[in-house]
Amino acid sequence: MARDDVKTGYKLIGTRPNRPDGLDKVTGRARYGADFALPGMLHAAVVRSPHAHARIVKIDASKALALDGVKAVVTRADLPTGLTGEDLNLQDNTLAGEKALYDGHAVAAVAATSQLLAQDAARLIEVTYEVLPHVTDVDAAMAPGAPVIREGVADYSVPEGMNGNVARHMEFGHGDVEAGFAAADIVREQTYKTEATHQGYIEPHACVAQMGEDGRGEMWVCTQGHWYIRRMCASVLGIEAANLRVTPSEIGGGFGGKTTIFMEPLPLALSKKAGGRPVKLVMSRSEVLRATGPTASASMDVKIGMKKDGTITAGQVFFRMQGGAFPGMSPIGEALPCAFACYDIPALKHEAVEVIANRPKAAAYRAPGSPMAAFAVESLVDEMCRELKLDPIAVRLKNGARNGSKSSYGPVYNVIGLAETLEAAKAHPNYAIPLGKNQGRGVASGFWFNHGGETSVSLAVGEDGTATVMIGTPDIGGSRASIGLMVAETLGIPYEDVRVNVVETGALGVNEPTHGSRATFASGKAAVEAARAAIKEMCKRAAAEWEIDAEAVEWKDGAAHPAGPNAGKFPPMTIGEIGSKMGGSGGPISGHHEVTAEGVGASFGTHVVDVEVDPETGRTTVLRYLVVQDAGTAIHPAYVEGQYQGGAAQGIGWALNEEYVYGTDGRLQNPIFLDYRIPVASDLPMIDTVIVEVPNPGHPYGVRGVGETGITPPLPAVASAIAGATGVRIRSLPCSPPKVLAAIKAKG
Amino acid sequence: MSKIHVTTTVNGDPVEFLADPRETLLDALRNHLDLTGTKEGCGTGDCGACSVTVDGTLVCSCLMLAAEANGKRVETIEGMAGEELHPLQRKFIEHAALQCGFCTPGILVAAKALLERNANPTDTEIRYWLAGNLCRCTGYDKIIRAVQDAAAEMRGAA
Repeated sequence: MARDDVKTGYKLIGTRPNRPDGLDKVTGRARYGADFALPGMLHAAVVRSPHAHARIVKIDASKALALDGVKAVVTRADLPTGLTGEDLNLQDNTLAGEKALYDGHAVAAVAATSQLLAQDAARLIEVTYEVLPHVTDVDAAMAPGAPVIREGVADYSVPEGMNGNVARHMEFGHGDVEAGFAAADIVREQTYKTEATHQGYIEPHACVAQMGEDGRGEMWVCTQGHWYIRRMCASVLGIEAANLRVTPSEIGGGFGGKTTIFMEPLPLALSKKAGGRPVKLVMSRSEVLRATGPTASASMDVKIGMKKDGTITAGQVFFRMQGGAFPGMSPIGEALPCAFACYDIPALKHEAVEVIANRPKAAAYRAPGSPMAAFAVESLVDEMCRELKLDPIAVRLKNGARNGSKSSYGPVYNVIGLAETLEAAKAHPNYAIPLGKNQGRGVASGFWFNHGGETSVSLAVGEDGTATVMIGTPDIGGSRASIGLMVAETLGIPYEDVRVNVVETGALGVNEPTHGSRATFASGKAAVEAARAAIKEMCKRAAAEWEIDAEAVEWKDGAAHPAGPNAGKFPPMTIGEIGSKMGGSGGPISGHHEVTAEGVGASFGTHVVDVEVDPETGRTTVLRYLVVQDAGTAIHPAYVEGQYQGGAAQGIGWALNEEYVYGTDGRLQNPIFLDYRIPVASDLPMIDTVIVEVPNPGHPYGVRGVGETGITPPLPAVASAIAGATGVRIRSLPCSPPKVLAAIKAKG
Repeated sequence: MSKIHVTTTVNGDPVEFLADPRETLLDALRNHLDLTGTKEGCGTGDCGACSVTVDGTLVCSCLMLAAEANGKRVETIEGMAGEELHPLQRKFIEHAALQCGFCTPGILVAAKALLERNANPTDTEIRYWLAGNLCRCTGYDKIIRAVQDAAAEMRGAA
């Protein structure tokens, strides 16, 4: 298939070949977390707190242990003591200590010879609770008199006098905001709220683990980062990380939620107690929703000053975010820098607090913090554009960050593509389609930093002239294909001759998870360097055979060539020839590269959405949707489009339907997919995409990373489109039909 | 609890197993018959990852007891390809209609059942037929296009 954009002269990058794991995934052969089994394997079940906040008075497992076939029970008493900091938080979340801190908090786990028996045994474990006052809402948790759910969570940053649930405080800024507001023609101030949402991966967490009495063990697990969860499991269990060998399964979605651990230490602990028999633990959907990483909920004040021509003179935010019952999990450190990242504004003030509440320990979710921040800031920018009758794209172009702008959070942007996305959105036919009755259009831009991180990649040249690449970043959405394309392009061999495998912890140095949109960027960058190292060695082997200097050999089109007429006249020596003879020419040829990858390129996108709102029901229908985003270079454009479309769909769900609903008893009211309703096929239109390519100078092929920015603009864009359709502004997500209908009726 | 002897046909093969009366067809496929291509995403019939056909009817195998499969014909993702892939399987790969791939077996089984009833569906008919199959990765765009392309190819071949 032809390249989308022929200007670069790449042979393979930019084409759309079949992914290497496609066949396994359409035939049911691909092995995900729950598909793995071992001889003699036991099955586990978890006992969870039905209370949002309760002291654990007593755990009696005697009836469960009396059942034939029940092999082990673990409670917090089986875990080591003395942990501190995040290790203690992880251990506290794995199994509750003195207190259960949220509905669904694990209290005990049991292993038995069958799944049904484990479930029966779990029901026989008797837990006596003393129920305590709870709080689940972010603003309520900060209010004077709110129950303080854990003592001493505040770190040094929290000013005197704040509620004990405030764990962290942050502020930064530049310029004189008061002077900026004074110079504006209008200054507007609003409060916005977003509810917690779940990553919603369709594959529940699953793990098979085995650990002997020597404390050495193995795990087969669905995870975004097997080195990270190895370290976390080892900390929770008080063992050396090197004692665990962790093999990642195929992964059925993660979106950040599988970068950490929830139940994974439990099968290890159960296995050790059960004499080393392997133990399988698979979460149910309700366990996933009650006890694994949702995102934070947020309450956000925004103030912006604007001149009549659309010039933004100053901005100010105060964000309050809760990320569950453990400090450190609410993404204020990301939300604040993202808030005005799309703009170049002379005066900004950012302030935020992290609050704990009786909810599950939040995890990363696709551009953590950025969607909420965008909802607040982009919504208010849109409100002011409508008030001043200004085009929202023109206002963003007027105030937007450009190459060399000092970012809102400090660093100077190198080469960025925000303006290009805005221009492409303006030029797209969707932006000119006339709107009908009850229809509205919303525009918003979004940002994510992208990430490099610890990366280790090896490449081995085969005797047949193929290349096998070993990477440590689990492939969630086609990264084996994109990394294979980059290696094939570098080596000058067919894409089909490159095999990319995600390997276990024993096969490479430490790799950070697939997070921060880094897999294609960082593993790709390291894979290209590994390929270059192998090329250098192959040139050396050719030079030795030709009896010329290695510097006199160059590599092109998959073969060593004499570098010019002075080097001598030799026919090209292909990778296949070199590979077939490598045993006699010095031994196996491989390339390796490890690095904490730098040169990350920031990612910007602009979305345009048209909706129609039914004035009788308040139901919003998305008529058409456009994602424009800068990919840097799109290595495999089909999977770049897929990231854009998938991010937009998640953002639309967050904007319209999805929310954690807690009852007054502090229990999650909607822990199944019927009630926690993610977008289904009939909810969405086709999602149009435009891939802008402003290459990132920090990557050999210009990659930026495309995974996360796409979830950011939909929240404000959809709410702004609803405002256009109805004249009412929803400042609290989701824009559910009852909420929109009530707002329409209140307006009259 | 005594177990129930179940005799059934899966992907054309005669099979038998002993099922606990509480086990679902999904449990039996995955745990007794080692057919792990059928996935569990929710266990409550909301996500469609466990879609199979029973005597030609599309069902969530998590909502059907294993014992109810006695004497029936069950078709799963593992039976979809012959020597060659089914056009839907091939088009899903070509159109990048999967990212993580976890929902893919259920969506393929459901889409095949649609095309057997309606060889020329509209986009809207595909979207409503697949509304019981959740995909969190793709936003459905490429899935709808892959089903349309497979349907067109199958009509051309007919």
